[in-house]
Amino acid sequence: MHFLLLFSRQGRLRLQKWFTPTPEREKKKIIRDMTAMVLARKPKTCNFLHWMDLKVVYKRYASLFFCLAIDDQENELLALEILHRYVELLDKYFGNVCELDIIFNFEKAYFILDEFLIGGEVQETSKQTVARCIEASDMLQEVNVFNVLSTLACC
Amino acid sequence: MALKIVKGSIDRMFDKNLQDLVRGIRNHKEDEAKYISTCIDEIKQELKQDNIAVKANAVCKLTYLQMLGYDVSWAAFNIVEVMSSSKFTYKRIGYLAASQCFHESTDVIMLTTNQIRKDLSSPNQYDTGVALTGLSCFVTPDLARDLANDIMTLMSHTKPYIRKKAVLIMYKVFLKYPESLRPAFPRLKEKLEDPDPGVQSAAVNVICELARRNPKNYLSLAPLFFKLMTSSTNNWVLIKIIKLFGALTPLEPRLCHSTSQMSFLFFLSPWLSPSSLSTSNSTSAMSLLYECVNTVILCVQKLRILIEDSDQNLKYLGLLAMSKILKTHPKSVQSHKDLILQCLDDKDESIRLRALDLLYGMVSKKNLMEIVKKLMLHVDKAEGTTYRDELLTKIIDICSQSNYQYITNFEWYISILVELTRLEGTRHGHLIASQMLDVAIRVKAIREFAVAQMATLLDNAHLLTGNTQRNGICEVLYAAAWICGEFSEHLENPMQTLEAMLRPKVATLPGHIQAVYVQNAAKLFATVLRSQEGNTDRTAAQETSQLMIDRLPLFVQSANLEVQERASCILQLVKYIQKLQQKDVEVAEEVNALFAGELNPVAPKAQKKVPVPEGLDLDAWINEPPSESESEDEKPRTMFTREETKHSRPRHTEVDEKELAKRREVRKQEQASNPFYIKSSPSSQKVYQEAPGVDHIPVVQIDLSVPLKVPGLPMSDQYVKLEEERRQKDRADKKKKEKKKRKEKGGRRGKRDSGPESEEDITPAHMVDIVTEEMPPTAICRSVSLVPPLNSPPCVPSTCQKSSKHKKKKQKKEKEEKDKKKKKKHHHHRHHSDGAGEESVQNGTVEEEEEPLPTISDAPTCSLASPPPFRQVCDIQGNLQDGSQVVVSLIFENKCDSFLKAMEFNVLDSLNSRLQRPDGAGPHDGLTVPFQLPPGVSNEARFVFTVKSIVMPQKLKGTLAFIVKNEDSSTHEKLDFKLHFTCTSYLITTPCYSDAFAKLLESGDLKASSVKLEGVVMPFPHLLARICFHHHFSVVERIDSCASMYSRSIQGHHVCLLVKTADQTVSIDAKCDEPSLLSNVLDEIKLTFSQC
Repeated sequence: MHFLLLFSRQGRLRLQKWFTPTPEREKKKIIRDMTAMVLARKPKTCNFLHWMDLKVVYKRYASLFFCLAIDDQENELLALEILHRYVELLDKYFGNVCELDIIFNFEKAYFILDEFLIGGEVQETSKQTVARCIEASDMLQEVNVFNVLSTLACC
Repeated sequence: MALKIVKGSIDRMFDKNLQDLVRGIRNHKEDEAKYISTCIDEIKQELKQDNIAVKANAVCKLTYLQMLGYDVSWAAFNIVEVMSSSKFTYKRIGYLAASQCFHESTDVIMLTTNQIRKDLSSPNQYDTGVALTGLSCFVTPDLARDLANDIMTLMSHTKPYIRKKAVLIMYKVFLKYPESLRPAFPRLKEKLEDPDPGVQSAAVNVICELARRNPKNYLSLAPLFFKLMTSSTNNWVLIKIIKLFGALTPLEPRLCHSTSQMSFLFFLSPWLSPSSLSTSNSTSAMSLLYECVNTVILCVQKLRILIEDSDQNLKYLGLLAMSKILKTHPKSVQSHKDLILQCLDDKDESIRLRALDLLYGMVSKKNLMEIVKKLMLHVDKAEGTTYRDELLTKIIDICSQSNYQYITNFEWYISILVELTRLEGTRHGHLIASQMLDVAIRVKAIREFAVAQMATLLDNAHLLTGNTQRNGICEVLYAAAWICGEFSEHLENPMQTLEAMLRPKVATLPGHIQAVYVQNAAKLFATVLRSQEGNTDRTAAQETSQLMIDRLPLFVQSANLEVQERASCILQLVKYIQKLQQKDVEVAEEVNALFAGELNPVAPKAQKKVPVPEGLDLDAWINEPPSESESEDEKPRTMFTREETKHSRPRHTEVDEKELAKRREVRKQEQASNPFYIKSSPSSQKVYQEAPGVDHIPVVQIDLSVPLKVPGLPMSDQYVKLEEERRQKDRADKKKKEKKKRKEKGGRRGKRDSGPESEEDITPAHMVDIVTEEMPPTAICRSVSLVPPLNSPPCVPSTCQKSSKHKKKKQKKEKEEKDKKKKKKHHHHRHHSDGAGEESVQNGTVEEEEEPLPTISDAPTCSLASPPPFRQVCDIQGNLQDGSQVVVSLIFENKCDSFLKAMEFNVLDSLNSRLQRPDGAGPHDGLTVPFQLPPGVSNEARFVFTVKSIVMPQKLKGTLAFIVKNEDSSTHEKLDFKLHFTCTSYLITTPCYSDAFAKLLESGDLKASSVKLEGVVMPFPHLLARICFHHHFSVVERIDSCASMYSRSIQGHHVCLLVKTADQTVSIDAKCDEPSLLSNVLDEIKLTFSQC
């Protein structure tokens, strides 16, 4: 996997994750190309595109486009499943996820992604395990906040 | 609940949290940039505070802004600060920001090493996890080196959560710091059997990725993976394992069986339960299935089911997989032509593009027209220019592939090209133009038709230039003008074309096109003059000159130097001609002499075939090279010179090579912009480049909204119909003939009448003279090196050969055509063998055996025997298509003063080799040479030999009988000769990659042998070149004075050489799977070098 992009129907980027080091300028170009290409697709066409030497797999969920670039040798259907699994994970975490959830809690969306994929490989295929990890680290965070509170109270 | 309230109150303590920022941006849609710049100022203030919570909040906001495309690299240090916070909340944000913003050149990464190490060894698994995640995004070679050990330790962490992350990160570390692979590998292998499925799948992932890069090292793991594959139920893992086996199988054939068996099982299971096909298109079962399809090749039938599926995704993947299979098994894919053509009509562009890719391998002589017709319909319908351009290139690709192999009617092809010019706004004008040029030059029979078409195009040039400011369909005019000029003798109405070329509107075209216009107007002018001077009325000719003089000044004023220069030259010339005309001098002949001669295509490799004249060392310096930099002059003289001899030698040659390449490039560009350098290969599509500044030339726009239909241009469709009719007629004719033959022969059935549908039965409409790439170089080589009297100086043969030889060839062709009509059957054979010649491998000049003619004295003497009447040169080439065929090209040159005719070529067949004779001929019958030879003329004939064993060289005795015709008498003559089939003539230059070469050597099937050559003084590159040239080897790899070379015999024997040289001694270690072939080849190599 090379990168994962989430963008809205208007072409606004909602999330970007690069699994291979990419120069800033090229990133911008890729994002521009991807949004233009994917948004131009008509409904009921297939979910695959060829771009440079990469395969681009995209899927639309509600108003968001999920777009994943994979190597030439990788499996497109598997990529679609990865996208779907990620959406499922988001759905489970936020509870009926919508675009606004991702906008306002974008860091959470990243954390979930990091538990699911790492360095361009699938890290954990089990939904339960990912959800458990996220929950646990969130708990840790809450505890932290609690600690801050108590220190503030002391002051 | 209480916690949330408290948390909210804390949030409010900060100036603005992330939610506020997002909301703010959404509320400031109009002046977003301004709003964000104020936000950034605030963030900068926040970052200056000591409170880590405030800083973390600021960094979080920055991360969001980074995603929106703002540069936040200035905050890199602050991110590191947040990363090193002891609180997980902030650390998490810090690492997230770092993973989004850091890249290899971020310099603060160096500062993070210790922090990351601390986090990795943190007792809290989530601290470790977050550090690992971050590391996966910004790991640098330095970090990889410093942290490899820590991560390796984590691979055995007690928590599976950490283990799986560590395993996956390890892959990134391997990429950045490959040395870590060796120590880490045993542990990685251990993880394949980890009790936790997540860790297991991570290890499979990593090993699969590694194996894809270098499969060889992972063969030993195959049994382990096989166990995993049978036991695992996780589809994600299974897919990876199958992929891994896919990478391993080419190395280990035994695996193939088990893999295919396994994959096939998986593969079939979904089909066994049909419900899974219909209900789930994105379940793992389907993706697993697709993986199996990729691994197992014999699934074309099953692919059909994928393509026929209503799900667009499966259809796409089916086509994609099909195109992979097409490369190896074209036949099996071809049977699904109907389906693929159907996909061309799909409304999904992705699917159409994939189907187009497949079409390339589907065409045959029979269906080319039909397919292209279909594509043309699509061209008309296509909405987007990108898709239309793709179609256009595909049409041209399909038609021109392998030397126009599938085109039976070039008139049709020209019409297709002309139809394509009507596309508005295509980028591929130059492609069409180069095709027009290529066809018109190489297919002589088509020139008349092509010229007529091009004249019409020129006449209607305004239609093409109407809306093409940037998009170069007007490039087509370049080709049109050149073709009309060069082949102007075919023009019906040259005057009209001349006028069209001199219209004032031409001045709006790009410069390089104008230049061609001017030059070719001059050619046309010459043609027009000739026809007009034939008339009694001289005024017409003078009027033409006046026309030129009136119109040319327009071009003389051109801003383009090329145009200006050509125009002013020609203007002066015409003025001079006019002066002569006024004195009633006939000038047409002299003007025509300017452009006399026919332009023939020459293969790009022709120059290579010309041997370097003796005594000319191309690598030697003409002038001593200038001494190196001045500072070095300060050194003592003696040392300096000594150093020079030691070191600079190899460097010079290197520079030389570079320089040569550079010059070659320059020359190519020069040739490209000059219409007189036309390359014959279809691969050189870009015949000329766009002149700089085309965009800025003001072009008068004519608004034409209606699609163009140029009057007088034929539609390609009519050819499709004609072709159908012609084929039917052909078939009918053939049947009649066959019937007759059958009656005559009393039921003896030839091999060929297998039915009218067979491919061979389609005879081309024109007997077209396709000069293949292979032909001209050898032809030139011979004419330069062996036939002494030649008009052109030997240094220019690589350009254009305007020699007389060609006309003879033409005659021959014409004659052949007549022949063909007379005896169809006979022709058939010849045509076939012609084809074989075209397919045979180039570089075939094996040995040019000049027949010494002492034998002539044995022949009955005749009055003109004193100079031998004949000279034969032969060239033996293996046939790639057929392992038992060798094509022998013979050049006959008549060296006496008499006319030679009725030549009959015969060879005494041996057990091993025999001459291929037409069906029905006896085993001792001779073959008629299909031409006659006037005095001093040479011509080439080809004969096909069948060879059984190729391991031994062989000599065949033969005779050539002919009639010598003098003015008053004619005598029968006979000439004996020997044909020497060397073993090298069975070798075919085959490129080989070094890894494949190494594999071949390791395989152990090859027998070794070696030879030493003493006293070889030539430089090593020359030596290699010699072996390549004379013995059909290709260099695989060269290191200093050692090189590995490879070649393959027509029967598939591999021959590998290792050539080493050390002071005048060359040692050749060779390996081949056929020892006697090898020893013979080595003997021949030895002979080559002993002769020099």
